[in-house]
Amino acid sequence: MTPPRAADAIDAVWRIESARLIAGLARIVGDVGLAEDLAQDALVIALEQWPDAGIPDNPGAWLMATAKHRAIDHVRRRKMQDTKHEHLGREMDERQLNPEDALAESLDDEVGDNLLSLIFTACHPVLTTEARVALTLRLLGGLTTDEIARGFLVPKATIQQRIVRAKRTLAAAHVPFDVPRGTALAARLESVLEVIYLIFNEGYSATAGQDWVRPALCDDALRLGRILAELAADQPEVHGLVALMELQASRIRARVTPSGEPILLLQQDRGRWDHLLIGRGLAALQRAEAPGGGYGPYGLQAAIAACHARARTAEETDWTQIVALYDALAQLTSSPVVELNRAVALGMAFGPAAGLELVDSLKDEPALAGYHLLPSVRGDLLAKLGRFEEARAEFARAAAMTQNARERALLEKKGESL
Amino acid sequence: MRFMTIVKTRETNIQPSPELIERINQVAADASGQGKFVGMGGLGTTAQGARARLSKGKITVTDGPFTEAKEVIGGYAIFDVASKKEALEWTRRFLEAHIGLWEQDLEVEVRQMMDDPSQGC
Repeated sequence: MTPPRAADAIDAVWRIESARLIAGLARIVGDVGLAEDLAQDALVIALEQWPDAGIPDNPGAWLMATAKHRAIDHVRRRKMQDTKHEHLGREMDERQLNPEDALAESLDDEVGDNLLSLIFTACHPVLTTEARVALTLRLLGGLTTDEIARGFLVPKATIQQRIVRAKRTLAAAHVPFDVPRGTALAARLESVLEVIYLIFNEGYSATAGQDWVRPALCDDALRLGRILAELAADQPEVHGLVALMELQASRIRARVTPSGEPILLLQQDRGRWDHLLIGRGLAALQRAEAPGGGYGPYGLQAAIAACHARARTAEETDWTQIVALYDALAQLTSSPVVELNRAVALGMAFGPAAGLELVDSLKDEPALAGYHLLPSVRGDLLAKLGRFEEARAEFARAAAMTQNARERALLEKKGESL
Repeated sequence: MRFMTIVKTRETNIQPSPELIERINQVAADASGQGKFVGMGGLGTTAQGARARLSKGKITVTDGPFTEAKEVIGGYAIFDVASKKEALEWTRRFLEAHIGLWEQDLEVEVRQMMDDPSQGC
């Protein structure tokens, strides 16, 4: 094999190593922003040296050693400054005062704990949701600012700003680089899962733009979920989320036409579903059950997705089971969006009139104002009841509400075909 | 993107040492820890296998071993990564794990799988 081009190899090494590198450095310096700067410094040195010197045998270890030297320099410098300026009252992590100890410690098998700390820090509630998303993709996913910007269809400068601000906020709030314990864990984990699922959903049903799906974001979210499932294997909802994402991702190929128009679940060619991902999803779902039995919100959604995955044809779908799962989910979340989905399942299991009754009870729900799927679902149910005039009006309303061009076209077509 | 990496080597009776297997498993564990590993497997000897062939509308089956073949497929691994570059880097690590522990030449074919979800849109 001819040696791969240095720039390509460095790029690949960075994708593989950056999260571990940043996590290890953050453990030493206690600040993810600084840790990322140090890791980037090491990357710059690699870009200078590797094309001539060749790629080291263990590129990850090389990057870590290079970055750690800089980290230790930095800690020493800061310590001296702090002494000079008599900022002794300032609280410092004991480990920061002894860089050598920190180095020895971080060489221990703490990689998993470091990565987990990095995930929890990037998804810290002190940050806005947008900032959490950008920081997680950047620090954990190894994505460039450019790639994140492309994924979310915003200018590169916006993402850059978001990341800079997020790092500043974390430092200003003195967010400790740690895995939350005890009662704090549940709430913090919820934030992590929310961020990962948000990234997935932006890929799965893009809220804006010309494409209905952006699979690269789904892949990034899936990888993040799988990392978390290894690091926090004792958390059922982590497996619930992974199961949900694997099962939904199994349909990506089947849910758009070659020209990019959406194909809805029941019309999809199930032969095009990805059975490898279905297998992974069902396996994850088994781990998603809580020790006392039962699922959390992600586990329940995954169980619903599993009902679809198990049905060989749309007609074989066990809608009664799906209604029961939505009942449980509605109790847990009391979310109007869940109610809307429950209405769809009710309509399939017990006839459109039953579904419509529930949808009509949601009409004045403030959380659903401006949500295009409300008129869209109502339109479907009305059409099934033969009330075409009303259905057409609902589809027109839905089309006017969505921000996604592909989805708008689909809704308009639905209305016209009645 | 999913890539299948297909490992080809001259067929011998030499079994990989436990040390080599451990090193290969470490590469797999690293990829798995990053959510990038789908699976891998080693293949038995061609003597245990067979070839089925369709030619001019006729199917013929020949039992192994495939003595005429210079190289045979010894195993495979599937990675789920963002780019071909990254698939190549994991392949490099896989090959590196063999250095000093495996005498035969190895060749790995890195191929993107067409059943990848991102191919569909």
